[in-house]
Amino acid sequence: MYSEKVMDHFTNPRNVGEIEGANAIGLVGNARCGDIMKMYLQIEDGVVKDAKFKTFGCGAAVATSSMATELVKGKTVDDALKVTNTAVAEALDGLPPIKMHCSNLAEEAIRAAIENYKAGIGEGAAQNSCPGCCNKCADIYRVEE
Amino acid sequence: MADRFIYLDHAATTAVHPAVFEKMAPYFHGYYGNPSSVYSIARATKQAIDQAREDVAAAFGASAKEIYFTGSGTEADNWAIKGAAFAAAAGGKGKHIITSAIEHHAVLETCEWLEKQGFRVTYLPVDEYGMVSLVDLQRAMRDDTALVSVMAANNEIGTIQPIQEIGRIARERGAVFHTDAVQAAGTLALDVARQNIDLMSISAHKFYGPKGVGALYVRAGTRIERFMHGGGQERGRRAGTENVAGIVGLAEALKLAVAGMDETNARLSALRDRTISAVLAAVPHARLNGHPTQRLPNNASFAFRYIEGESLLLMLDMKGIGASSGSACTSGSLDPSHVLLAIGLPHEIAHGSLRITFGTDNTQEDADRLVEALPPIVGRLRDMSPLYEDFVKGGEGGEKHV
Repeated sequence: MYSEKVMDHFTNPRNVGEIEGANAIGLVGNARCGDIMKMYLQIEDGVVKDAKFKTFGCGAAVATSSMATELVKGKTVDDALKVTNTAVAEALDGLPPIKMHCSNLAEEAIRAAIENYKAGIGEGAAQNSCPGCCNKCADIYRVEE
Repeated sequence: MADRFIYLDHAATTAVHPAVFEKMAPYFHGYYGNPSSVYSIARATKQAIDQAREDVAAAFGASAKEIYFTGSGTEADNWAIKGAAFAAAAGGKGKHIITSAIEHHAVLETCEWLEKQGFRVTYLPVDEYGMVSLVDLQRAMRDDTALVSVMAANNEIGTIQPIQEIGRIARERGAVFHTDAVQAAGTLALDVARQNIDLMSISAHKFYGPKGVGALYVRAGTRIERFMHGGGQERGRRAGTENVAGIVGLAEALKLAVAGMDETNARLSALRDRTISAVLAAVPHARLNGHPTQRLPNNASFAFRYIEGESLLLMLDMKGIGASSGSACTSGSLDPSHVLLAIGLPHEIAHGSLRITFGTDNTQEDADRLVEALPPIVGRLRDMSPLYEDFVKGGEGGEKHV
């Protein structure tokens, strides 16, 4: 059901962990729905110098988190914002339709981290995860279609 | 990975017993005649079905004319519930049905469909162990209650229901009692007379028989509409050319399961109990789902906090172990299993469930492999989990029970 690339990123996830003193932190998802992504970015001179993540979720959630951190590393903030759910899914050689939700979460996590950076609040604003399922991440997918 | 694959998902399905397969084989080629025909190779198939019906009836203390073969346990559940509901409504008995919140989807979705057809359904809650309360049932019974449907044992958490008492309460109020015994048949001793059962569904592939064949027990005199319309098979009540090999396989598998029941249950329940103790000792923040004693001999259901079930299954698979989970990602929806929610687990804990169901092929060594594999896998997923990070940092939700 999963591509080899998804299984590779699930089995050997890249950039797992936290960045101490990260200046961009995004927390998206909801434990009720079974997935939460927390993304840590270190942004210097407008460039994503480092990216790490922690994820509670299924195989696709872990793999998309891993791929998302890989895709944003080294990018300018503006370019990082252009990393879409489809880009994450394509980089993983596709996801089963029912798992597209996970790639939406990855896109959301990047955006949330960068919003947090722009607001300049770091850890303090990390708790902006969905209080309940708002379908916002599902909306992203619909728009892109 | 050089080791053999360890299959710990026998509640999902089982391998066909070699003796069952052998018994089925002639009906695919030698005796392929249609049982409704008159020539010799057809008569042999007719006789085989008659014998199978006798054998299945004997296993449950029923008479052969009360056994009807179906295409699956799901079909038997659909037929029992829709058939009894429509027959009762036509007979003026009423349009109220009582079932439980933790039934298999084959029962729940059938009841939900009947609600759209004008029937009223009461879904009995269960306690923290998944047990239906007889007091709740007594209170729910009404004069227009036509049918009570409660499973004999739960497929996810293994809890065994007090069906004898449930059947007695239903009978006292003139309602038909159906039990979904798909997980129980071949494992628990079932006696339709003693347990006050009017309708009972079983499925062959849960007890080392073939897939695609089930049966419905219908107590003589129980009013039930036919479900499949067509030919005169199954005494006109279930049309469709008989799955002869499947029916022969179901009966043989059931005979073998019943003959070996005590020995298998003694061995598997001991294996189950050792596994439960070992897993709870080896993995922190773990809980057992279901009843501590009133549970299927082969079922051990756990929930591990701060991790998600599908990830756990994928990692177990990499270690050569096959199991199942009630997480949303394995249920194909955003919600985790309705059974785990019904016993009161919060969503985030229900997402971290693991169901182990042993079978006759499992050994202590298999259980040891599981107990050895689990802690590092759970540890690895927790290291990755922001929920566990919050817990370690003493954050929100950290002090909640597991």
